[in-house]
This record gives sequence, C-alpha cells and structure tokens, in this order.
Amino acid sequence: MNRSIEAIKEAALRELASAGTPDAVKALSVRYLGRKGAVTRFLRNISALPAEERPRAGKEANAVKKALEATFADAEQRLAEGAGAADDAIDVSLPGRPATPGRRHPVTLISGEICDIFARLGFDIVEGPEVEKDYYNFEALNIPKNHPARDMQDTFYVSDDVVLRTHTSPIQIRTMEKQPPPVRIVAPGKVYRCDSDLTHTPMFHQVEGLLVDRNISFGDLKGILTAFVHQMFDDRTALRFRPSFFPFTEPSAEVDILCVMCRGEGCRVCSRTGWLEVLGSGMVHPAVFENVGYDTSEYTGFAFGMGVERIAMLKYGIDDLRKFFENDYRFLRQF
Amino acid sequence: MKVSFSWLADYVDIGMPASELADALTMAGLEVEAVWDRYDYLRTVKVGRISRVAPHPNADRLRLCEVDIGDRRVQVVCGAPNAAEGMLSPLALPGTELPGGARMEKSVIRGETSEGMLCSGGELMLGTDRSGLMVLEPGLTPGAPIADALNLSDIVFEIGLTPNRPDCLSIIGIAREAAAIQGTNLRQPEIAPPQGEGDARKATSVTIHAPDHCPRYAARSIEGIRIGPSPDWLRDRLLSIGLKPINNVVDVTNFVMMEMGQPLHAFDLDFLAGDRIIVRLAHAGERFTTLDEKERTLDEGMLMICDAEKPVAVGGVMGGLDSEIQDSTTRVLIESACFDPVSIRKTAKKLGLATDASHRFERGVDPEGTLRAIDRAAQLMLEVAGGTLIQGVVDERPKRVGPERIDLSVAAAQRLLGIDLDRETVTDLLRSIGFSVDPVDADGLSVMPPSFRVDVTRPQDLMEEAARLYGYNRIPITSPLMPAEAKVPSASLQLRNRIRDLMTGFGFTEAVNYSFIQPDAPDRLRLPEADPRRNAVAILNPLTEDQSVMRTALLPGLLSNMGWNLARQVRDLKLFEVGKVFIGKKGDDLPDEPQMAAGLWTGNRTAPTWLAKETPCDFYDIKGVVEGLLTGLRIRDARFTRLPDDDCFYTRPGHTARILVGDAGIGLVGEVHPETLRRFDLKGTAFYFELNLDRLLPLVPEVRQTADIPRYPAVDRDITLIIDKATEAAAVRDAIWGSGIDSSIDSGISGVDLIEAIAFLDAYEGKNIPSGYRSLSFRITYRSPEETLEDERVSVVHKAIADHLLQTFKATLPTDR
Repeated sequence: MNRSIEAIKEAALRELASAGTPDAVKALSVRYLGRKGAVTRFLRNISALPAEERPRAGKEANAVKKALEATFADAEQRLAEGAGAADDAIDVSLPGRPATPGRRHPVTLISGEICDIFARLGFDIVEGPEVEKDYYNFEALNIPKNHPARDMQDTFYVSDDVVLRTHTSPIQIRTMEKQPPPVRIVAPGKVYRCDSDLTHTPMFHQVEGLLVDRNISFGDLKGILTAFVHQMFDDRTALRFRPSFFPFTEPSAEVDILCVMCRGEGCRVCSRTGWLEVLGSGMVHPAVFENVGYDTSEYTGFAFGMGVERIAMLKYGIDDLRKFFENDYRFLRQF
Repeated sequence: MKVSFSWLADYVDIGMPASELADALTMAGLEVEAVWDRYDYLRTVKVGRISRVAPHPNADRLRLCEVDIGDRRVQVVCGAPNAAEGMLSPLALPGTELPGGARMEKSVIRGETSEGMLCSGGELMLGTDRSGLMVLEPGLTPGAPIADALNLSDIVFEIGLTPNRPDCLSIIGIAREAAAIQGTNLRQPEIAPPQGEGDARKATSVTIHAPDHCPRYAARSIEGIRIGPSPDWLRDRLLSIGLKPINNVVDVTNFVMMEMGQPLHAFDLDFLAGDRIIVRLAHAGERFTTLDEKERTLDEGMLMICDAEKPVAVGGVMGGLDSEIQDSTTRVLIESACFDPVSIRKTAKKLGLATDASHRFERGVDPEGTLRAIDRAAQLMLEVAGGTLIQGVVDERPKRVGPERIDLSVAAAQRLLGIDLDRETVTDLLRSIGFSVDPVDADGLSVMPPSFRVDVTRPQDLMEEAARLYGYNRIPITSPLMPAEAKVPSASLQLRNRIRDLMTGFGFTEAVNYSFIQPDAPDRLRLPEADPRRNAVAILNPLTEDQSVMRTALLPGLLSNMGWNLARQVRDLKLFEVGKVFIGKKGDDLPDEPQMAAGLWTGNRTAPTWLAKETPCDFYDIKGVVEGLLTGLRIRDARFTRLPDDDCFYTRPGHTARILVGDAGIGLVGEVHPETLRRFDLKGTAFYFELNLDRLLPLVPEVRQTADIPRYPAVDRDITLIIDKATEAAAVRDAIWGSGIDSSIDSGISGVDLIEAIAFLDAYEGKNIPSGYRSLSFRITYRSPEETLEDERVSVVHKAIADHLLQTFKATLPTDR
C-alpha cells in the first residue's frame, strides 16, 4: 500500500488528459480499473490494512473507482463523438473518390418528358416501324403519290413503296387499323427527312398524338395542347393557333407559343416575332377515317405533332441542331 | 409568294399598317414570313451634290469628283460623261449592295481614292438609263437618303403558302384575302380586249390528243407586234416582286401570271409549223431542247405542246428554245391552258425542272380563269407592244373540271369546331372570299366554292374556311372527356428506360446516333458473308455516301463518337446507346427492327487523382457493367462463355464473351478488335458490349417475390485448385452447382443446397504453377435455412465438392505438390 488512492486518482487523470482516442482511454481504463488495475489492486489490498482503517479506505477507494469509471466513460464517449483530437484531422477539402453519374441524351430526356405529360393526361404511348410502307406514311394519311403535299417532307426512299418514315403519323393508321374508337395515343420516335443544313438534320425525333372519340372538337384540341404546353413550359406560356395545312387534318393549325426566351418582346430565338412555332395540329381529315374504316358521322378526332429537338433547344438553350447527333461528350455531360 | 403593296393596291385598299396586315394574313393562314421595303438596298445611297470636277491624274477617261453629302465632302472617281459641277446625283456609299449583287467598297482607282460611286438610274434599278449619271431635281438636300428624297417606299411581303392554296399564288388572290379580312371590296381589273381582225379559228387551231392531261387549252394570236422593253409601269410591277423584266411580250405573260395566277406562254408564231397547236403525250426517248438551252429526253407520260411537225413546249413546265420570243418576233401566239396537276408534277420531277408555271399547275389553276387571263394578256400586249389582234379565241375544252356543290350542316360545324357560329356568320364568312352560299333549311347550307378554290371539296374544308376567317383564337378552350384509366408504357419501352437509368447510374452517358451509316460498315466490322447484318437496308436517295444504308449494328456509331471525342482531347469515354438496328429482308417486306443496347468504354477506369493512379479500363470493367445491368434487370442466371475465335469478327479473339441466359444468346461483351479500330481510323483500346433487347425482354422477370432473410449464420470455406488453363472458371462454378453432392448427414437437404454463394477469390498463373495450368481460388458460402451448420457437416460437404472437382477437371490441390 505504498501509494494512496488519491495519488492513483491523480495519476489516472493526468494520463487521461493526454489520451487522444477512445481506444487510448479504454486502455487507460483497463490499466486502472481492470482486473489487474491499480485501483482494483488497491481495493484488494485493503484487507491488509489495520481493521480501523479499512472502512474509510474502502469507502474512499470505492468512491475513486466510481468517479474514474464515470470520467473514463465520459472521456471515451466524448472522443468517440469527435470532440477534441485535432491531431489526426484529415483535409476534408480534398475531393472524394469519384462516383460520377452518366447522363441521358437530351432527346430521350425531352421525349420522355413529353410522353409522361400525355400519359398523365390519359394517352397511351405507342411505337411503330421506322422503315415504313409508303401507304402508312403517305397514302393512308391522305397524301397521294404526286401530290404537292409530298414536297412538305423530303423523303428518303428505300424502294417505290418503302420509305424512311417522315413523321410518326403512320402509327396513327396502324393503331386505328387495329382497334375501334376511342383512340388516345402518343407516338414518339425517330423520323427521317432528306434535308441537311443549319436548321435540319436528316434524322430527328417527333412525338405525335391522336385522340378519336365521339364529340371531339377543335376546342378540345386547344384544351389538350394548352394543358401540355403549360406543363412542358409553364402556365404563363400563351398559345396561338394559326390556320395551316396538313393533308391529314382539316381544319389544320400551327401552334405557336409565346417566346420562352423573351416572353413575347421579340428576340433572336423567335426571329423578333415574339412567337415560336412548336406544334402542328388539326382535326383528323375524314379521308383518314375512311381509310381505316371509322364512321365519320359518329367519330371526330384531333392529331398533333411536335419536334423533340425543337423543344429541347428551347428548354436547354441549345443553338445548333447538329449538336444533338455529334455526341460530343462535353455537350452530353451537361444534361 | 412575294407581294408588293404598290401592286396589291391596284385591287384592294389597305386600311391598316403593314405590320398589322402581316399579322392578320398570318392568322388567316397565309403566313407572312418576311416583310421588307423594296428600296431597302438604297439605304446607303445619298443625294450627292458634285461640288468640283477635276481630271484624274492617271486616266484620261476618268475624272475626280468632289461630292457634297451634307455633313462632309468625299472624293469619287467617276467615268460618266455628264458629271458636272453643281449637279445633283445619287451617290452609293461603301457598303451599298445593289440588286444585281454588286457590293460597293471604298477603293483606289488608278491611284486615286474613291469613297463611293455616282450612279446611273439603271445601276440603281430606278429606270433603264445607263448612259450617264442619274440627274436629280435641283431642290433636293445633299446627304438625304435617296429613297426619302424621291419618296420611294414599297413594302413587300414574302408569304409562305401551304400547298392547298394555289389561288393565293397571285396578287389578286392575296388581295381577296386582304379584302375579306378588312371587310372591304376586291377590285378586279377591267378586261376588254379590243376588236380584232380576221378569225382566230381560221388562222390557227388547237387539237388536244390527251384530254386527261389537258382539259382546256385556249390560244389567241397577235400580228405585227414589236418586241422591245416594257414601259416603266410594267417593269416596275415585276421588279417590285423581284422578277426581272425581259421584253414587253414575255413581261406581259409574267405580269398576268402573277396578277391572276394563270401561267401563260407566248410562242413566236413564225416558228410554229402550220400555225397550229397539237397537244399530245411525248414518245419515249423523244428529245427536246427547252428554253434554258438544255436538251432533254422525254418519256411517254410527259405532255408536249407541238406544232404541226414537232414539239414546241413541255406543257405547263417550260417552253422550247426554238419558238421563244425573240427581238425579231412579230407574230405571237398566246397560250392559256389548264393542265392536270399530277401530270405536270410528274413531268417537272422527272425533268428536274421547277418553274413558276409548273408550281402553279401542280397545285391547280382556276379552270374558269383561262379566258380572262388570255384576254388580259392580249389586251396588255396590244397596249405595250402594238400589233393587231386576230379576232376571237380558240378555246378547246374536251373535259370539264371544276368545283362541286357542298352541303354544309351548321350544327356539324359547331360540333367539330366547338363554337356556336350561327348560320348567318358562316354564310357571311364564306361569301367574303367568293363562295356562293344558299340556305337549304334551318341548319343546312348549300355552298358552291369559287372555281379558283380547287382545294375545297368537303364540308370540313368549309368549316376550316369559316373558322380561319372567324379566328382560331376566338374558339373557346374545352377539355375532352377522358376515362379514368392509368396508362402504363409498354414492357419494351419500360425496359429501355430502365436500361438508361441503370447505365447512367454506372456512369455511362447516352449517345444518339443517326440510323444511317456508311455502306462498308459490315466490311469494317469484318462480318462474314452469311451474317444477316450484311443485309442492310439501302436508301435510294441518300444525302451522302456515308449515310446511305441503315445501321445493322450500334458499334459503328459509337466508334465514330469515340473518334469525334478523341479528336477533341476527350479520352475517357463511357458511352451507351439504345436504339433500333435494321436487318433487311427480301423484296418489299419491311425489315426487322430489333431494339439493341450497346456500351463502349475507352480510356481510364479511374482518372488520376490524389487517391489513385490512373488505371486504364479493361475487359472486366465492361463485363462488370453488363453483370450489373443484368442484375439490375433482375436477370439472375446470365452466363458468359468464351466466344469461339472464329466467331469474333469485330471483337478480339480470346477477349470476348457470349452472353447467355438459359440457352438464349442475348449479346456479347469484349474488347474491340484492334483491326476494327484501325478500320474506323482509331487507335488505342476500347471495350464494348451489345445486347439484343428483343431477346432480353421475355427473360426479364415480371413478378418480384421476396425470400426470407436467413436466420442462421453462414460458414465460408475456401478452395484452391491447380487446373488446366483452358478450363473456364465458370465451368468450375457450374460443376460445383451441378455436383449433386449429398451432405450425407440426413437432414433432407443435399450438400449443394447448403451452398449459398460461390465467389472467385483468385486466378493465378506463373511461379510455382506448371505451364498450361493456373490456380483458381473460390470461396464457398454454406448456410442452412433450418439450423446453425456444424463445422463437421460443412467439412464433409466441402471435401466431397473438392473431390468432385479434382476428379471432374483432373485438377490437383496446391498441397499435393
């Protein structure tokens, strides 16, 4: 019994002050409070003391034991929770191990977004062949051979009767051939036109829609397209319906939206008109219904179509159509 | 179609600013694509006062003029004989671009600076005089823009017409729309050709052998005509819409075509054998020289205008060189005809000739406008070129074409348009553009379209007319009745979207390539002759040779992306594409269009950072992506086996795996063959996979069921075999699963069923391993669903499996050595 319990306590606290990790505290705890620890040995040796000293020494030693236990536990927890111990800090400003996500192509992003909006509105998403019969691409859509309307779409031919589809409209016909009305579909996909310059690529993407039912009106067409544009852009985006011509719709309308860049003030993007042409649309031409055997006295419908790249350009501020297909990593990584 | 306000004003009073009219026309379906002032090119031409004239020191015929343009004086070198001090003349400043295309720049002429050009009227397209400088009225202010000084302004619209509106391919057609929009009247020109002499029907004749192609042909002739330049008013009309005046007779035909939309042709009657016209189809192989001096080979479908002996014009497309109007022409035959649109279109396409005439005939001219046009032309020719009209017109009309009466239900129109347009409004709107409308009953209207509206044949056409004039934007917005149905994308589309999600999650970026590729791609990929991917769908009219066939594989596109990016110093690429390829079939059958997914990885797996050195990607990187992709799709039983060397065309032999699910091959993964890279002009290495999604789709499990989380602990045991190098690790793993080892401790569970997982720990060749062999280490995880496994039981099973492997593969254990 050469050391007093107080001395042991002081030594323990002194050592604890320089213990920087939870493990070090734990080791210290073993050295003082463990089976062979200083405090334990002290307690064990109390029996060797004169009988009159034993109760006081026992009481003091137990108090020290409890106090150290609490202090060690506190210190261990404090260190474990990260307080103190600045010595082994890491440079948290260095970058972490890379976990780099890939990106979707802007065309599939926007095409998906368009389809999602129409799916929410109750339209099915339908696809069809890209190499298509002339009949489905043109004839059934009221675009006979040798009609000037064919000039509206420069066509890639595979043979006299087979083309690369110039729009996704043939899916209208294929769908109506397969099912009776009502029909509510959108048809996304690649389309091809024999044209390549600053504002045309020989392949681009379209989403086209068709709704056929009883009592469908031009007002309904305006309603659906307004709902779409407000979801795709925002509900401040005004629409303007302008008479136009498509062989498979009558009446036909081009749909302009208020320029999303300048809000109608007039800028470079809208050629200073304040409006952007984004959709073609119209009421399904009775000749189209006749071609698929729908009763024109009972059913009416509307169709619309839009270019995905055009909308992507507006949404993402892309100025050159060709960027979509160069697949430059520095472009693609921005989406 | 170009329209000038000066010309338009002949037929309608414009009561609104140009910008408002442009908007109104656009909103009525005649899209005004551009608006400009015809004299915009004069913006930098100023009134100049010649303050001093001095000889040019280095040229006898040139003089130096000092020209006062208000704020300063400039020196101009001038060769005009009439330049005189004190005279006012137009000065084109540097930057001026004349209608001919010439651009004025500051220049040095024979050592003297010239800061502009003093111009003649002809040079500025203000008259025809090119003999000397244009002399301006003395009162004008020097420096004033010439257009302002001379009060020159004429707004021109460029209107983008849809193919259904040939009636608007004329100034009168546009005027009619403008009048309807404004609620004002259209003024038709007065047409009354003077009394002629003789009898046209005796002097000439028209015979039509092809009435389907030519339902109407009218001819008039004029004798004693004098060819010369047109008077200013006529030249000005043509110039106002960008047409070049040629001579008085040709100018009249162009004027009437633009005014009324009826193309006309003028023949030199002296060159028409027999003074007669025969309209017939060409003979195959017949040759003919058009007035653009090109000899053309005709075929049987083409309509020819002939005289008694030979063809003189390709009907409705272009006249012949021999019979064109010349300076010496005195006798003229005017043609005004109606041709079949389809026939004209075919001919024009085949000959590669698109003219103002064919453009109109293709879309349909007014079959009742034939005579008005020829009368108008005769009247004007006599006025501007003199001569005597031969009395009468030859008007052959073997076939009647024209509009038919249409019954219109106002209620049906209201339903289709979604607006309550009343009967009176519909009637007024249609009448405003020349339709004749008669009420039938409370709902019905009987409507006769005017003959120039060849596009209107159905009630819906009338509804569109009413709606566009009423204004689409006044139709209220409604919502269609839609059933409460949830719409789910097709399984195929969902699969493609899931793959896009997974691949982007793995750090791959999506590419979208053109579907067409170079025709030698199968050769570059070294596909064998019998490979179906050699059956590419060829495009008859490709834009470029490099885009002339449809792709049969995604690899060429991804390789070209690699090339593009490498050339731009982007070397670490992880690209994928999802899309169709096209495998051609015989005849006119549409090709197969399987959906494919492919990925390409080149460059580093890890970019150099402070944490790791850069590490190039390898086969196992791309394979890991495929494994992750398949796991993400919940396909559990995919297998990878070495693709036989003979089947490796564009991937490296020995470094390519076929991907199988069950017995179905769904794709491959491997290193791109160095030769393939070379053939696509690439260097380096790249790793690639491709999956056929049409084959993959049925293998994707639809139903997901969870299994219980294991309740008892697992036991791991390792095993290392020295085994023939040629044995695939997967074969060893399969042998473990397939060993059928019984646990020999009767619990109803066989030993194999105790195996939860097999992991590959190591594959090693080299020191201590005999050549031709390698060591393979596995960790087998054992677990029972029913109890905590005892060591002895695992040992028995593990030993049995080891023995089975040693025997099956003639392998040894490392300890045996």
